[in-house]
Amino acid sequence: MSVTELTYRQAVARAIADEMEADDKVLLFGEDVGAAGGVFKATEGLYERFGSNRVLDTPISEQAIVGCAIGASLRGLKPVIEIMFADFAGVCFDQLGNELAKYRYMTGGQVTVPVTVRLANGAGGGFGAQHSQSVENWFLNIPGLTILTPGTPGDAYALLRAAIRDPNPVLYLEHKNLYNLSGPVSDDDLDVIGRAAIVREGSDITLVASQLMRHRALDAAELLAAENISAEVIDPRTMVPFDLETVQTSLAKTNHLICVQECSPGGSWGATLLSSLVSESLELFDAPPLLVGGDDTPIPYAGVLEAAWLPSPERIIDGVRRTLAY
Amino acid sequence: MTADGTAAKRRSTGKAKPDSPGLELLARMLEIRGVEDEVQRMFTQGLVRGTTHLCQGQEAVAVGVCAALREGDTMTCTYRGHGAVLAMGAQADAVFGEIMGKAKGLCGGKGGSMHLTDVAVGAYGAFAIVGAHLPITVGLAFASRYLGEDAVSVCFFGDGTTNIGAFHEALNLASLWKTPVIFVCENNLYGEYSPLRATTPIDRLADRAASYAMPGVVVDGNDVFAVIATAEQAVARARAGDGPTLIEALTYRQVGHSRSDPAKYRPAGELEEWLERDPILLLERKLIEDGVDETQIAELRGTVQQQVIDALERAKSWPEPELESRFEHVFA
Repeated sequence: MSVTELTYRQAVARAIADEMEADDKVLLFGEDVGAAGGVFKATEGLYERFGSNRVLDTPISEQAIVGCAIGASLRGLKPVIEIMFADFAGVCFDQLGNELAKYRYMTGGQVTVPVTVRLANGAGGGFGAQHSQSVENWFLNIPGLTILTPGTPGDAYALLRAAIRDPNPVLYLEHKNLYNLSGPVSDDDLDVIGRAAIVREGSDITLVASQLMRHRALDAAELLAAENISAEVIDPRTMVPFDLETVQTSLAKTNHLICVQECSPGGSWGATLLSSLVSESLELFDAPPLLVGGDDTPIPYAGVLEAAWLPSPERIIDGVRRTLAY
Repeated sequence: MTADGTAAKRRSTGKAKPDSPGLELLARMLEIRGVEDEVQRMFTQGLVRGTTHLCQGQEAVAVGVCAALREGDTMTCTYRGHGAVLAMGAQADAVFGEIMGKAKGLCGGKGGSMHLTDVAVGAYGAFAIVGAHLPITVGLAFASRYLGEDAVSVCFFGDGTTNIGAFHEALNLASLWKTPVIFVCENNLYGEYSPLRATTPIDRLADRAASYAMPGVVVDGNDVFAVIATAEQAVARARAGDGPTLIEALTYRQVGHSRSDPAKYRPAGELEEWLERDPILLLERKLIEDGVDETQIAELRGTVQQQVIDALERAKSWPEPELESRFEHVFA
């Protein structure tokens, strides 16, 4: 396909449709994904196009959804499943962390488990503490899971197609506050897993941010440009495997780094990134690296409280000033 | 799918095949008993790490149900799964090898006693989290239907599993989608250290099938012929596309929950009562009634025992895994 303008939500549906078209072993199931087109409308039109044998509505049974996908994948199917709000991963944590991630390893490689798990991630929409978390952080310490965090329609499309084609279990996190974002989508390059994107070039400081925070980091970078501060923005796009090299190359140029993340600091991907950089590349830093993230609290409901919890462009700019003034 | 991308085919087991079907069932049950007794001894010799969960007394359930299957059918089981994996046709030496963590063990030493898996014979895994494999078995069975095959999937689990959420989610979805699953509850009266009546407000676990609009059948799990007859009905129903069945097989765990459990919580006389109904003893009695010569049975016992010992000796001689192998199989 040539370059098309799609919303992030349309890019998700298009990626699934294109893989279902290409391979009849690909199927989709989850809560309300079929006749209703998904609670976020990210699977709209698939049920009508591919029928009820390949697009199935399930009961509200997250353990059954993930387990059924695992079992089906053992026989060569390539299930794409939806866990709706990513926070619901809590009710099927065993299936994701103990079964999906370890099946191939525990059997000594007797099986492959090509399951793609879609989860709607992230805060900013007033959904409260149990419908707003960024759950990639929950799974970082479980080897065996590939974790993808697209931040644009183009990445949403390419990463989802790559996920479905991948022979390994993939957690694919859709940011629910990006569903309406429009942007170019193309199938020119689907080899995107494990590759970060430099989304804005700069020379004074490196900002590493994903999903909603990628866009806030870009906003901050534009505002900083007016002050003659040149920020480079990197979107990792993939949390596991993480493209450390692209970040290190940028750091070698800017010697300053901030990671902007939509979660508390403890056990987070940003903390992991900073730890790796300090261990491997301490000599590249002219100032201590900084983690700008959510507060160490559950995500609050009220508009003003949630806005204060989430890193804003202003908080990012404040961090940049402190880092450069070190 | 399997490592080489091919559909699982029941391989030739190369195991002793006596001329009568009854003797063959006996051979399979004796093999399981022999392996479990050896594993118990291996512990005292320090050959087994961690823990292990044995199934002496429950052999007729695994052997009876698996006898109702055919090539292409799949099976999952629990950490108390040595018997089920052997019943599907896994080789005893590879079972011993895995339990000892050897490179030539079923899983290359990555799984151990609780994760015996042999996809080549349709044994898709043993699971160490109670209930986790029920939804996975629904998926195995779903795939058969999706692929237009008539293969069925069997799922063995214990009485304790019927109280965990995954059991209910799996039965509900299996029935809703009419997936060809045979849920086999091995009611051995104890969930770990606790008697069933201390944890479960009903006596007949098969009653739980009614909530999910599937047949719930109770069978004497120590009578291998009764188990086969019950399993055959459930398999036929599943193969015909009529959906899953819950079988409750009444049996008894003759040993403790795991190696550290002497099972002192059992009431006096209970074990002795069940030993009178030992499934191997019952089958031998039946065979003799049907005219099989006692010496034939004695010979078979000797042959199988020798095969088990030979398998153990082979496995003992195998090398440890290469250290670098621990990095393999995280990702495909």
